[in-house]
Amino acid sequence: MGDLFANIADFWGMVRFPLGAALCLGGGILCLIGSVGVLRFPDFYTRLHAASITDTAGAILILLGMGLMAPGWLVVSKLVAIFVFLFLTGPASSHAAANAAHTAGLQPVIGPIGQRSDDDDEAA
Amino acid sequence: MTAAALIALLIGMLLLLIRAIAGPTLYDRVLAVNSFGTKTVLALGLLGFVMGRPEFLDIAILYALINFVATIAILKFFRYRSFQVPLVRRGGQGGGNNG
Amino acid sequence: MAYFLGLLVALVGFWLGMSGHFSPLLLTFGAVSVAVCLILAYRLDIIDREGAPYVRILGYAMYFPWLMKEIVKANITVIRACVKADLDIVPALVKVKTTCRTDLAKVTFANSITLTPGTVTVEVEGDKMLVHALYEQEAQPEAFEDMDRRSRIAADGKGADA
Repeated sequence: MGDLFANIADFWGMVRFPLGAALCLGGGILCLIGSVGVLRFPDFYTRLHAASITDTAGAILILLGMGLMAPGWLVVSKLVAIFVFLFLTGPASSHAAANAAHTAGLQPVIGPIGQRSDDDDEAA
Repeated sequence: MTAAALIALLIGMLLLLIRAIAGPTLYDRVLAVNSFGTKTVLALGLLGFVMGRPEFLDIAILYALINFVATIAILKFFRYRSFQVPLVRRGGQGGGNNG
Repeated sequence: MAYFLGLLVALVGFWLGMSGHFSPLLLTFGAVSVAVCLILAYRLDIIDREGAPYVRILGYAMYFPWLMKEIVKANITVIRACVKADLDIVPALVKVKTTCRTDLAKVTFANSITLTPGTVTVEVEGDKMLVHALYEQEAQPEAFEDMDRRSRIAADGKGADA
């Protein structure tokens, strides 16, 4: 029985670094995709959606990957703190930006946008 | 592989800088800077792990807090043109800084 | 008093999680910091249901996995929209009515909408919310009913319908 637990512990110690690194890489690529979306999307409100990929999926994957590679519980608790901060402040600042733009009278582009990714300057 | 993740993050931050410089409206710039800050938090954490010194996470926590406050402060300044306006709670309704 | 205790436990846990040292000197510093934070919070008059919502932590713990699932589902849609060669998005502004009564429930609901990629809460006015969505067909008011109900249960408890 103890042998089995030792085996599982060995296996876990072997697999957690590659797994964590892979999760970090996936999160990094998602952050890159979010940035590409911020560059590509036509107006401010749609860019908010692209930015929220970074805030949610990228952050979750990278923090999870770092948690798997963490050397001790202290690091894990700090990662949890960062996770909580990002999840409380991310939507608050997104909403603040959207609300400020809406109050200032910035009109969103409504309706289907297809095949014309070049009309970038929706200055309002 | 962690270094590759860090490089992907840095390229993403570079693309966001383009949006922050080119963005047609103020809010695009604020959004780009805010997203840049989130990526900086993640990049600081990853940098610590790449260099084998996870103590960098302390700086990342601090940056996460500063990033939020900075976004709100910029938005407030461009709304009221002053930092002196109090963000009071409206009586009974509670609610944040909408309106 | 319960809110006070909740804030105390949270602050002590935060200090221990950040520092990781247990020498008497650092523990004294921690106690002083926690005491100063509590005094400041008391003077700011924010030790209430919103300032220390740890009473509802079980409800939020049950709400969180469902929110994660929604975030993953919505992420796939938005990532596909980001990397597709031709841009085919249908942005729309949708009005959503919420059944949440308290501010905490409304904040939970609005933050959940904003946290889900593809939808952003633009304005909150009473019990109506203005939501900007990336795809019009996926943001009909019916799509938010489930999230509305779950966040109300998470923040208010089951008996808070009226």
